[in-house]
Amino acid sequence: MIDVIHIVLFTFLAVIAIAIIRLRDLFAAVMLMGIFSLLSASLFTVMDAVDVAFTEAAVGAGISTILMLATLSLTTSKESRLYQRPQPLALIAVLLTGAALVYATFDMPRYGDPAAPIHHHVADDYIERIDDDIGVPNMVTAILASYRGYDTWGETTVIFTAGVGVMLLLGGGRTVYRIRRRKDGRSEDGGSAS
Amino acid sequence: MIDQFGVATAALLVCMAMTLIRSIAGPTVFDRILAVNSFGTKTVLLIAVYGFLSGRPDFLDLALVYALMNFIGTIAVMKFTRFGDLAGMEEDEEEIL
Repeated sequence: MIDVIHIVLFTFLAVIAIAIIRLRDLFAAVMLMGIFSLLSASLFTVMDAVDVAFTEAAVGAGISTILMLATLSLTTSKESRLYQRPQPLALIAVLLTGAALVYATFDMPRYGDPAAPIHHHVADDYIERIDDDIGVPNMVTAILASYRGYDTWGETTVIFTAGVGVMLLLGGGRTVYRIRRRKDGRSEDGGSAS
Repeated sequence: MIDQFGVATAALLVCMAMTLIRSIAGPTVFDRILAVNSFGTKTVLLIAVYGFLSGRPDFLDLALVYALMNFIGTIAVMKFTRFGDLAGMEEDEEEIL
């Protein structure tokens, strides 16, 4: 049953990808990309990568759809006819890269293999020493906040800076202006504004 | 091992396929927006049912958050198609109405 779900979801992904390439209407392509993200998110969930699925749903289906729509509102929503004819060289390059990537997966450990290196590189060490070193019962918290403390600190700084930058770019000033004006309006005519 | 959850999953996958067809074929913008929203709902349901299918209902939390995100995303897309701007000002709204 689980294999059937995988196969069906992957088939959907392939169908959507081909549809996105074929469609000339860019708005429809953006909508399909949203569906693509939702599908990959459910695929990640089915494959037990819940955190990845979460990021995919938030970023892929949420933010990037909006960003794409914002781009479309600044440009046209029809694909230009410039690249309509097939490009054999590009096709060969893509096929070669794909073949190389598939070839590279043969070296990887099997899906869900408990003896894979990623499960034994440092994890065993952490599990053994976490009680003596830190004493926090939640292992994920202990690793994020202590073993990788500087890493987490840097990440939060980056995310905070990015958030502030995006807010400034998206016209935070205008929102403040609007709120201020609304407040002025309310104080003047007693809440009958809007 | 086809139990009721397996049947529900299969039905959901069929629904997803039909939504997919509508989103690819859909002639108007609103067909597609509705298709995306409905597909998001199907994703939520699929995750919820899959949790029970694999015997780990703790995926339900994830499904709830997906539902919230789907709602906000659809609101944002609708607002965008209507006003062409996410920080749509109130006077713009009055003009269009």
